[in-house]
Amino acid sequence: MKKTLFVAALLLVGAAMPGIAQLKLNGAGATFPYVIYSKWFDVYHTKTGIEFNYQSIGSGGGIKQVTEGTVDFGATDGFMSDDQLKDAAEKQGTEVLHIPTVMGAVVVTYNLPSVGSGLRLTPEVLAGVFLGDITKWNDAKIAEINPGKQLPDLSIIVAHRSDGSGTTAIFTDYLTKVSKTWSEKVGKGPSVNWPVGLGGKGSEGVAGLVKQSEGAIGYVELAYAVKNGLPYAELKNKAGQFVAANFESVSAAAAASAKSLPADLRVSITDADGKEAYPISGFTWLLVYKTMKDKEKAGAMVKFLRWAMTEGQSYAKDLYYAPLPKDVVKLCEKRIDSIEVK
Amino acid sequence: MAQNVVAQTYGAPAGDGGSNPPVASSVRSRAKHRQWNVGDFVFKHLTMLFAVGVLSLVFLMGYEMYKGSSLSIAQFGWRFLATSVWDPVRDEYGALPLIFGTVLSSLLALVIALPLGLGVAVFLSELAPRWLERPLSFLVELLAAIPSIVYGLWGIFVLVPWLRLHAEPWLGSHLGFLPFFKGAPYGFGMLAAGLILSVMVLPIIASISRDVMRSIPDLLREAALGLGATRWETTKVVLAASKSGILGATLLGLGRAVGETMAVTMVIGNRADISASLFSPGYSMASVIANEFAEATTSMYTSALIEVALVLFVVTILLNALARLIVWSVTRRYAST
Repeated sequence: MKKTLFVAALLLVGAAMPGIAQLKLNGAGATFPYVIYSKWFDVYHTKTGIEFNYQSIGSGGGIKQVTEGTVDFGATDGFMSDDQLKDAAEKQGTEVLHIPTVMGAVVVTYNLPSVGSGLRLTPEVLAGVFLGDITKWNDAKIAEINPGKQLPDLSIIVAHRSDGSGTTAIFTDYLTKVSKTWSEKVGKGPSVNWPVGLGGKGSEGVAGLVKQSEGAIGYVELAYAVKNGLPYAELKNKAGQFVAANFESVSAAAAASAKSLPADLRVSITDADGKEAYPISGFTWLLVYKTMKDKEKAGAMVKFLRWAMTEGQSYAKDLYYAPLPKDVVKLCEKRIDSIEVK
Repeated sequence: MAQNVVAQTYGAPAGDGGSNPPVASSVRSRAKHRQWNVGDFVFKHLTMLFAVGVLSLVFLMGYEMYKGSSLSIAQFGWRFLATSVWDPVRDEYGALPLIFGTVLSSLLALVIALPLGLGVAVFLSELAPRWLERPLSFLVELLAAIPSIVYGLWGIFVLVPWLRLHAEPWLGSHLGFLPFFKGAPYGFGMLAAGLILSVMVLPIIASISRDVMRSIPDLLREAALGLGATRWETTKVVLAASKSGILGATLLGLGRAVGETMAVTMVIGNRADISASLFSPGYSMASVIANEFAEATTSMYTSALIEVALVLFVVTILLNALARLIVWSVTRRYAST
């Protein structure tokens, strides 16, 4: 009894003393990179003793919390707009920086037992399906690009996310780029006014809709499709090649855009150039403050980011994320160097 | 087991007649004449503070929601309740399809659950032998204790496939001439939401109706039987006497259906459309908030979602107030007999 009391007292004293207390950084944001972030934070914690507490509340929530200054860092799948950045800078008295960490892709999954894997889609057809202009699987436009495939006389059931999400943001960003009708009628964002289809909550909701209904088509993250063995379509990219999503084709999309990356690293890489590039790819970003009030935390943040750019990248593939290409890592490191540390 | 507590509160003077008003008031007046006591003083004011706290919480919530939605109220005004475009990209919000979806799915649930629940209540209170009544009541109440996410999963994996493959095609081919059963059978949609809600509402209606019918004095039954009424005719008398109590139970069930979020979101199809067909996907107020609030980035978007919450809040309060009023009127009428 006495012993436990003694230990408890020691612990209390330890917690109260700032020098001994462990450094703890709080963050919140996107759900999509949650798996790799928690792996990173775990590995980094055992390595350095610095603790990161990350809550995957969604990109919108991450941006809000960074703007309000209630967290030390945020995370988002869609970059902040100029207005949002200005708002955050005014409220926090410092710039918010976007640091890409890993990449993901959105794949188009479908339920067509007679076709199996390897359905091919062009941007025009994809937009047509999600606009409700193409309603049958044996439509001439689909048959034309899928010679030799047994396309059934089935109605197409469109499935989309009903909850606001970065996945939807990337997918609609792509459709906005490739289809004029889409950009005029629908536009892009984490939630949009879908012309047709059923909404499922979360990736599992969309996958459930697609799995259960023959003739259904939907979109999910690449990682989710791979983990659950869903079939997904090859997409025709800007260079005219049909490309399936995988780590290489996603990284290729970033590599192709690396030359034209803006200095603040806020960029959409959907419909990227490059023969091997998969067209519905995207970065996910950490949001950090250029100047942090707590210098110790700033130092830890910078060290962690540098680690994430090098050693951290090697964890990506096992967790179904595409690592950043070398050129992009260089740009990121330059950006990380601009964070003020004393 | 929330509805059980509710039932006890509402159906207060159950058959035992232990606490009729004259006794209660005489106890209260006696307490008044006792000496002033610190403990009593603290006790009284502390409990009052709690009661006032609950009340102010409701007002505060209403006020906060009103304040939070001021942007959207200023922008759209009453149009918010009457237009049907929900477009976050263009910041254009109309809640009519959401209100429609909430109301239709809830009403559908009531249409299915009311006769069933009433049947259960009649059996439990009038006909069932005692050894059967206890476990059966328990099981009915257990239905209410199942988390809604479990209902939702059951909906996705069992109800929806059954609807799509069997029920909806059958309805479409036999009753397809009605506007309610037109269109492609997706499985997901208004019908699935209504059915799932009916299962969730059923225990509320059944157990409160049972309690209300039990509170009808046996005198009434004996009189009916004495006049030569059959079992069915006696039950009719009891049903007539507990009419408003049953109405109250129904409204409480409706309140539950209106506010239900997770199970509905999982099966309703989440599409802000108004359609007469029960096969077509719909949307509800609670679902849209659950779906979109986390990623609502613009302030107008957030504001519109909070206004949806405000509308839902008002609807729920009105329904509950109505239910309370009705149940109160019936219990008061029979408390003195």
